[in-house]
Amino acid sequence: MSTETIHDTPASDDGHDAHHDHHIPKGLMRWVLTTNHKDIGTLYLWFAFIMFLVGGAMAMVIRAELFQPGLQIVDPHFFNQMTTVHGLIMVFGAVMPAFTGLANWLVPMMIGAPDMALPRMNNWSFWILPFAFLILLGSLFMDGGGPAFGWTFYAPLSTTYSGDSTALFVFSVHIMGASSIMGAINVVVTILNMRAPGMTYMKMPLFVWTWLITAFLLIAVMPVLAGAVTMVLTDKFFGTSFFDAAGGGDPVMFQHIFWFFGHPEVYIMILPAFGIISAIVPTFSRKKLFGYASMVYATASIALLSFIVWAHHMFTTGMPVAAEMFFMFATMIISVPTGVKVFNWVATMWRGSLSFEVPMMFAIAFIVLFTIGGLSGLMLAIVPVDFQYHDTYFVVAHFHYVLVTGAVFSIMAAVYYWLPKWTGKMFDITLAKWHFWCSLVSVNVLFFPMHFVGLAGMPRRIPDYALQFADFNKWISIGGFAFGLSQLIFLVLIIKACKKIGEPVSDQVWEGAEGLEWEIPSPAPYHTFETPPVIK
Amino acid sequence: MAQEQYEKYYVPEQSVWPIVGAVALFLIAVGAGNFVIESTRDKSGYGFYVLMTGLVLLIVMITGWFKNQIDESMSGLYSQQLGRSYRQGMAWFIFSEVMFFAAFFGALFYARTISIPWLGGSSNNASTNDVLWNGFQATWPLLTTPADAITTGEPSTQAMPWTGLPLYNTALLLASSVTLHYAHVGLEKAKRTQLLVLLGLTIVLGSIFIALQMMEYVHAYRDLDLTLDSGVYGNTFFLLTGFHGMHVTLGTIILIVLFFRCLKGHFTPKEHFAFQAGSWYWHFVDVVWVMLFFFVYIL
Repeated sequence: MSTETIHDTPASDDGHDAHHDHHIPKGLMRWVLTTNHKDIGTLYLWFAFIMFLVGGAMAMVIRAELFQPGLQIVDPHFFNQMTTVHGLIMVFGAVMPAFTGLANWLVPMMIGAPDMALPRMNNWSFWILPFAFLILLGSLFMDGGGPAFGWTFYAPLSTTYSGDSTALFVFSVHIMGASSIMGAINVVVTILNMRAPGMTYMKMPLFVWTWLITAFLLIAVMPVLAGAVTMVLTDKFFGTSFFDAAGGGDPVMFQHIFWFFGHPEVYIMILPAFGIISAIVPTFSRKKLFGYASMVYATASIALLSFIVWAHHMFTTGMPVAAEMFFMFATMIISVPTGVKVFNWVATMWRGSLSFEVPMMFAIAFIVLFTIGGLSGLMLAIVPVDFQYHDTYFVVAHFHYVLVTGAVFSIMAAVYYWLPKWTGKMFDITLAKWHFWCSLVSVNVLFFPMHFVGLAGMPRRIPDYALQFADFNKWISIGGFAFGLSQLIFLVLIIKACKKIGEPVSDQVWEGAEGLEWEIPSPAPYHTFETPPVIK
Repeated sequence: MAQEQYEKYYVPEQSVWPIVGAVALFLIAVGAGNFVIESTRDKSGYGFYVLMTGLVLLIVMITGWFKNQIDESMSGLYSQQLGRSYRQGMAWFIFSEVMFFAAFFGALFYARTISIPWLGGSSNNASTNDVLWNGFQATWPLLTTPADAITTGEPSTQAMPWTGLPLYNTALLLASSVTLHYAHVGLEKAKRTQLLVLLGLTIVLGSIFIALQMMEYVHAYRDLDLTLDSGVYGNTFFLLTGFHGMHVTLGTIILIVLFFRCLKGHFTPKEHFAFQAGSWYWHFVDVVWVMLFFFVYIL
C-alpha cells in the first residue's frame, strides 16, 4: 500500500487549535477525564494487565491446592470461588479489555482517523470496568462468599444453590456488558465512518477487519448475556422459574441462552488475535500476507458459524440425536476457515526472509500452540468422544491452549510489536527473550499434562483428586507457578518501557513493517491524522 | 477524494461526564444488588438509597452531557461525518436492544416448544412425566404448572386475553408510530405546527399506553392471579411486557425532551440527529410490541 502521509507532529498544526496539541493534560485528571484514544488504550491495557495478575493469583491458589491430592490449603467452597472468579476475571477483565485497548490504540492510527468516533463514550466504556470488577471482587468478602458456580454460572448452581452475593455478580455483569457494548459500537462506527480517503474496506489491515467483525459479535451477544443474568436474578430472588422444571422451565434452557452468548464470546477472544498474527508474520517474513482476501472471508465465516454451534458445549445434557449431529457437524465446519488462516500464516512465512524478533517468536508460538488447542477442540466436537471428555481436564487443557497460548500470547506479541511505536523506545530485548522462553516452557508444562489427566478421567472444578493423578498434577502446578512468575518479568519490562528507558527507534521500528501506523513518528504524537492522509 | 472537502472531525477535549456516569453505574449496580437482597430477604440496609443516589447521578450526568452536546451542535462544531457517527452509533445501539429482547423471546419459544412438551412426556421423556410430574399436561398458556399438577392438580392462574386492553394498546402504539412519522415529515418540510401537534399527540398516545399497561398489570394480579412467579407463562409475560414497558417509558421521556427542543427551535429540516434517533427508538419499541402482541398474547 503506497501512502502519502502527512507527518502530523504536534507542532505541525496551524491556527487556533494548535494550543491544545501542545498541551497534554497532566496528572491523575488526564487519565480520568481523557477523550484521547491513545490514553484510553493505555488505560485499558494497564487495567487488563492488572486483572491478568489478579486472576493469575487466583490460578496460583487453585494450583497450590491441587499440588497434592487431599484438601490442604483452602476449603472447597473457597476453591469454587477461585475457579469462578479466575475465569470471569480472565475473560471479562483481562483478555477482552486488552483487545479493546489494542483496538483503541491501533484502529484510528491504522485507518487514518483523528480519534475514535465517539471519544467521550470511549472514556465511559473504560471507566465502567474498574467499578464493575470492584463489585465482583468485593462480593468475595460478603456473607457466604462470592460467586462459586463456575464462570458459566449454570442454573441451578447460580439460582437454587448460590449465595445472596449473586445479585452483585448479576449487576456487575450488567455494567461490564454495557461497557463492552459501548466499546464495540465505538469500534464499529470508527471503522465504518472514520477511514481516511482511499482506505477502502479491502485495504484495511486485518487487525481492523478482525476487530470490525469482533465488535459486531459483541453487540450481538453481550445483550443476550444481560438477558441470561437477568433471568438468573429473577429466578433466584423473585420466584420466576425460567430454569426450574416445577414452573415449566428447564435448567438446560439456561445453557442454551448462556452458550448462545458464550460461543460467539469465544471468537470475540480469538478473532483480534488472528488480526495481530496477520500483522506480525508478514513483517518478519518480509512478504505480503498470503491470501489477504481469504483471511477476511475466513474471519467472517468463523463469526457467522459461531452463532450456530453453541450446543456443542452441551452434548451430555440429553439433547435429541438430530440436534447433536447438527451441532457436531456445524462445529467441525469451523475448522475449515480456521485452517485457511493457519495455512495462510505458514504460506506467508514460506520462502520469506525470516527473522525472529520477540513479536515473531510469540507469533510463531501462537501458531503452533493455538493449532494444538484447535485440534483438541476438533476432538471435543465429536459427540461420542465428547461424552468421554466432557467436564474433564481435557476440556481445561483445550481452552487454556486457545486462550493462554492463543489469545494471551497474541496480546503479548502485539504489545512487543507496537510498544516501541507507543513509547518511542525499544523495550529491553534480553528481558523480553527471558519472558518468552520462560513462558513458552512453563505454559506447556502447565497445560500439556492436563490432556493426559483429562483423558484418564480427572474431573475439572474439583479441589481434590484420585491418587493416580498426583504426579501429573505436581508437574502441572510447578508449570503453573513458573508461568505465573514469568509474567513478573513482563511486568518489569513494561514498567521500564513506560519510563521510556531504552534505545530510540525509527518511525518504521521494524524493517519489514508496513501500514499507516509505521509512517507516523515514534512515539506516536498525542493527536494523529487531524487531517486525514490520502491512501492511494 | 480531494483534501479540501474534508471538514475537521470534532474531538472533544476532556469531559467530566463519563466518569460521573461510571460512578453512577457503580452506585446503581451496588445499590440494586443490595436492594434486591435486602428486599427479598427481609434484611435492612442502604441498598435502596445507594440505588436512588446512583439514578439521580445518572440523570445529572445525562443532562450535563446532553447539554454539552446540544451546545456544541448549536455552535456548529459538528460535521456531516460526526452526524453519521451518531446515526450509526444509535443504529447499532438499537440492534443491541433487539438482541436483548431476543434473549427473552428465545426463552419463551424454548419453554413453549421444548421444555413444556418434554415435561408433558413428549419426545423420549415419558418417564420424566410419569415419575416426576405425574398428571402434568403440556398446554400453552401454561396455567397448571408441573408443580401445580402434582400438588393441587388445579390451575394456579388465568391467561391474559389478547382482546380488550392489549388490543387497544396495539392500536395506540401503531397510531403513535404514524403520528411520529408525520411529525418527522413536518420537521423536514419545516411545518412547525404539524411537527408540534403530532409530536405532542405521540407523547399523549405513549402515555396512555403506559397507563393502560399499568391497569393491565393490576388486573393480572388482582383478578387473574397472573403474577411474576406463576410459572413460565407469567415469567415470560411479565419480563417481556415489563422490559417493553420500561422502553416505552424511556421513549416517552425522550420524546418529551425532543418536544421542548422543538419548541426552542433546536432542529432544522436538515440537521436533527436527536429527533431522528428518538424517532428510530420509538419505532423500534413499536415493532417489539407488535412481536409481543403476536407471540405473548395471541398465539
